[in-house]
Amino acid sequence: MKLKLAACVLAGAMAAGPVMADLVFPSLSYRTGPYAANGIPFADGYADYFSLLNERDGGIGGVATRLLECETGYNTEKGVECYESTKGEGSLIYQPLSTGITYQLIPKASADGIPVHSMGYGRTSAANGKVFEWIFNYPTNYWNGASIAVKHILDVNGGDISGKKIALVYHNSAYGKEPIRTLEELSAKHGFELLLLPVDHPGQEQKSQWLQIRRERPDNVLMWGWGVMNQVAIQEAANIRYPMENFIGIWWSGSENDVLPVGEGANGYKALNMHLPGSDFPIYEDLKTHVYDKGMAAGAGDNAGTVLYNRGLYAAMLAAEAAKKAQEIHGVADITPAMMRDGMEALEITEDGMAALGLPNFGPAFSVSCENHGGSGLGIVQQWDAAAGNWVQITDYIAPDAEVINALIMEDSAAYAAENNIQERCN
Amino acid sequence: MPEQLLFAAEVTLNGLMAGVLYALVALGFVLIFKASGIFNYAQGVMALFAALTLVGIMDGQVPFAHLINAIFGTEVHHFGWHVPALLAILFTMVLMVAFAWVVNHFVLRHLVNQEPIILFMATIGLAYFLEGFGDIMWGSDIKKLDVGLPQGLNGWIDETTFNAFGYGFFIDNLDIVATVIAALLVTALVVFSQYTKQGRALRAVADDHQAALSVGISLNFIWVLVWSVAGFVALVAGIMWGAKSGVQFSLSLIALKALPVLMLGGFTSIPGAIVGGLIIGVGEKLFEFLLGPALGGATENWFAYVLALLFLVFRPQGLFGEKIIERV
Repeated sequence: MKLKLAACVLAGAMAAGPVMADLVFPSLSYRTGPYAANGIPFADGYADYFSLLNERDGGIGGVATRLLECETGYNTEKGVECYESTKGEGSLIYQPLSTGITYQLIPKASADGIPVHSMGYGRTSAANGKVFEWIFNYPTNYWNGASIAVKHILDVNGGDISGKKIALVYHNSAYGKEPIRTLEELSAKHGFELLLLPVDHPGQEQKSQWLQIRRERPDNVLMWGWGVMNQVAIQEAANIRYPMENFIGIWWSGSENDVLPVGEGANGYKALNMHLPGSDFPIYEDLKTHVYDKGMAAGAGDNAGTVLYNRGLYAAMLAAEAAKKAQEIHGVADITPAMMRDGMEALEITEDGMAALGLPNFGPAFSVSCENHGGSGLGIVQQWDAAAGNWVQITDYIAPDAEVINALIMEDSAAYAAENNIQERCN
Repeated sequence: MPEQLLFAAEVTLNGLMAGVLYALVALGFVLIFKASGIFNYAQGVMALFAALTLVGIMDGQVPFAHLINAIFGTEVHHFGWHVPALLAILFTMVLMVAFAWVVNHFVLRHLVNQEPIILFMATIGLAYFLEGFGDIMWGSDIKKLDVGLPQGLNGWIDETTFNAFGYGFFIDNLDIVATVIAALLVTALVVFSQYTKQGRALRAVADDHQAALSVGISLNFIWVLVWSVAGFVALVAGIMWGAKSGVQFSLSLIALKALPVLMLGGFTSIPGAIVGGLIIGVGEKLFEFLLGPALGGATENWFAYVLALLFLVFRPQGLFGEKIIERV
């Protein structure tokens, strides 16, 4: 009887013909723990974009997408466990939303042949595709962020910041320390004094740092923070009456979560961004029709239009476009991680392309190549309007100082290549 | 006065204020440890849960809204009313008392006379449960807490010190309020434990569970009472820390700030928690001011533990803790 049943199942399966597998996009999210407030909107945006593609377009190239969500709690060990437990499911690309997890995945994913996209975080020198074959960090990275912030300060000061003092308040971790080298180079180039103020995890107590800022009176303060560190820093800045227009956060210190708890005191605070804020984009109409109104919104469905939700949408859009490119290059709809990598390396994001996706001017136009896995590096400056309760874009896309950044990327990636015995490619 | 001396004085004052905030968290640990010998790992999460509940009640948030909406397909989020802060604090306290009863009824009374490590592990489970429960009940978003406490630079101190020394000291109004509240809280707790019947019963239970039972003291009642008081202290700590950073899940990590305070002040002394908090607060701030720049900064977290460890070497029971001699 068992033999007959097995034969029937086998015959049925064969008669059905080849079955197209889903395109699997793992989402290493954090919906719990101290960083959940930031992890949730990103994860929701990421999930909703793939839901939109499934509902509106029937997936990518006719193949449905499948989101594989795994909770990391922003914990590096759990992030690696998530990677190990999901990589066998045909996962096409990992976007861990954590510099710590990214650093752990760089050697693992490279060995397994699965691409990692650390969008605006992770190891900055991964922008050098000659060394980091499987790692991408387009459209921009931390070092570009440091340069964009300094360029903005230069613009505000008529192009001369020699003799000025700029403080960096940073999370005392690999993430927070990323911009230091760049800022030291820029300090030498532009003649400003750099004051470094580390804040230990989680950053709930920063009185010492802000008393020092009050004593030393830096002309500008830059911040590389995440989670509670951001809210406390902005509150402390308001407490000491530091001029908010001179306080600039990296894109991970520039969401609604960071400023709303401070209320009026946060008015005028600036932050960088790699995409535009707000929900005034045609894609939101599609999301409403095909996702929200069908009750398919991820999570509680209450994050649409926030900065980090938009970032999740953007990350998913870039992944989906790379998958389309991979299908185009290889002529198959059911792509593998290796094909996905090829798609990422040939990715071209144009203004027309973004407009066609319902995201006109949402992010910078850029292209990826074998040598350049970091994109154009452009970013904007946005400013918080406390009365209106929203972020306002105050600059066009600003290009980083390529002369300084590229030299640093080459130096760091060459050191990594030497340590890990990696032969440069793309020659 | 030399500039560096003025800066050091300002840092010392701010260290004292920070120490008071640490002590507020440590107090909750002390209360429960004194009454039951339990190191309550969940104290930080209790502060988070109390603050979440307070904001939820004030904002008229529907508890378990996400769960209700997911099950019934509804779209309920808010009741549409705003509850005044004092009333909301009262409602929150009622909930914390109910929580104390639940903890005693479903956890602690089944563990009477168990090893301390068993009780400690039970509180670890409790912490995880309460964190998840708070998430489901009130959501994970960061909430602004506004109970009307003043915040920011105290203009009077700034002006007075500027006129006197030519440099205006920064003292946060919220820290001043926290200091006053902590002083009132400690006075009330000392009066309660020394001069009331329940307070004396509580001390009797702390000395010996079985002896207290033999003279007719209800262990259940005392444990509910002490967990309720610890819940109230957690609420106060949650309000003070929540006002600084918004109410969010990292609030549970404030417990990390209380550990060196407890090691230094002793696990069984209410005044010890305050003195320990002040020493840690001033010590870490002054160390950061004097040696932080030479050591690369961010010395406060590790310095607090190093200071506590140094005390442990010479006085294992802490400054004010009871010396326990066990016969083996």
